[in-house]
Amino acid sequence: MNELRAASMEAKQGPRSRTTQPIVTGASVLAITYKDGVMMMSDTLASYGSMARFKSVQRILKVNGASMIGASGEYSDFQYISDILEDLTDEEFDIDDGATMDAKQIHSYLSRVMYNRRTKVNPLYNQLVVAGYKNGGYLGAVDMYGSTYKENIIATGYGMYLALPLLRKGWRADLSEKEARELLEKSMTVLFYRDCRAINKYNVAKVTKAGVEISKPYSLPTQWSYKRFVNPHLSE
Amino acid sequence: MEVYQKSRGGFDFGLCDRNVKLAQEQGAKLPKTKKTGTTICGIVYKNGVVLGADTRATEGPIVCDKNCEKIHKISEKIWCCGAGTSADTENVTGLIGSQMELHRLATGKEPRVITALTRLKQRLFQYQGYVSAALVLGGVDSEGGHIYTVWPHGSTDRLPYATMGSGSLAAMAIFEAGYKDDLDEKEAIDLVDQAIQAGIWNDLGSGGNVDIMVLDKKAAPKMLRNYKKLNERTFHAPGLYKFPKGTTALAEEAKKRFASMTVEAVDSKMETE
Repeated sequence: MNELRAASMEAKQGPRSRTTQPIVTGASVLAITYKDGVMMMSDTLASYGSMARFKSVQRILKVNGASMIGASGEYSDFQYISDILEDLTDEEFDIDDGATMDAKQIHSYLSRVMYNRRTKVNPLYNQLVVAGYKNGGYLGAVDMYGSTYKENIIATGYGMYLALPLLRKGWRADLSEKEARELLEKSMTVLFYRDCRAINKYNVAKVTKAGVEISKPYSLPTQWSYKRFVNPHLSE
Repeated sequence: MEVYQKSRGGFDFGLCDRNVKLAQEQGAKLPKTKKTGTTICGIVYKNGVVLGADTRATEGPIVCDKNCEKIHKISEKIWCCGAGTSADTENVTGLIGSQMELHRLATGKEPRVITALTRLKQRLFQYQGYVSAALVLGGVDSEGGHIYTVWPHGSTDRLPYATMGSGSLAAMAIFEAGYKDDLDEKEAIDLVDQAIQAGIWNDLGSGGNVDIMVLDKKAAPKMLRNYKKLNERTFHAPGLYKFPKGTTALAEEAKKRFASMTVEAVDSKMETE
């Protein structure tokens, strides 16, 4: 109740002190488990409303040797989350007792952070994807409300509507690295065609027992020369 | 002045204030519209067009028809898939279909898709979006095969492949991944089937079976109603509850004879006055 009273008072009193809407945003993040671990892909755009403002950002973060997170939504909140995760890994390094955080623990920690902010009606405006490898792949998601789940296929933002049907159709537990990458790339291309806030420049990342590897940015081929797009009034 | 008002056409919104008052002050429940949650699509292939649709009709969160028909006939070789408010899609396609038949008889020529398109868009624009019909119009005529989308406010697009309805993104993802120039009939039917299925499984507003309509330039139209039946009920009630004697153990058996009754016929008329 106090929160609600405060909210109505603050509206009359000056600068904003809580997140009400995202300003600089990242679009979809896709991730799937495959034979050797987990693969994640996102584009490298941070939009400013309808402007393609920052075209070469990385929205996938390596947390430690066995986990990574991907973020869509408010970019500054992702940077804040990256900072607190970095602090956690530094603390772990300092304690130096041989224990390292795994993806499950990071997932659990982030869900507490997100839910805590939600209860204060000042959310971190993100949909996060947590991936890791420890005796098998681990893949889960957390959103701005603190809802969490684990799945073999995760998509955020518009990816939920456009990519999930394709990923669900093409997924198998024993996908090879090449097949997993092709499935993700096919979905990212469809997102580039149909999501207005996407660009054709991507990072792909994988986490396996060998560790976390995030690729350099790269583009995919697109098809714009179907006969009936070039000439909609083709009569044949 | 009143006569002028009556002849202007379009919707009469006179009762809207009354309805709002009824809902607020007297707690009257406004009826829910029956919508076709829907995944509909159409694709141009080598020899013509293929249309597809799911079969779920919803009233809010309830499925009110598990196997409705969303592919409507405008003319023999021009058909129209409809998403949005069921009443609006049924009536607008029925009306334009009727107009097309009269036009065909008057001109003696084979109907054209663009004629149906123009009539549909002009009617929907007149109603400024209040007729909630989002359509995928497809057909073959003297100019070849065509697929158009028609939006509730009256705008149209001509496309090689199109999807509409709440499941349109799921279906469009399949089309974007699988479309190529000059598909043959089998490939086109298969792609439409996959697209509708993507809507059925991934969109909550769509479900039921897959309906397909094949319109070939040089062959008879092929309606593949319930091309795929993917949600059949597995378990049925066993039927009559007739259990054979001895199913339950008898604890006690008692027989009694009732004294025979005699029925007297009394001659009295019914009082009708």
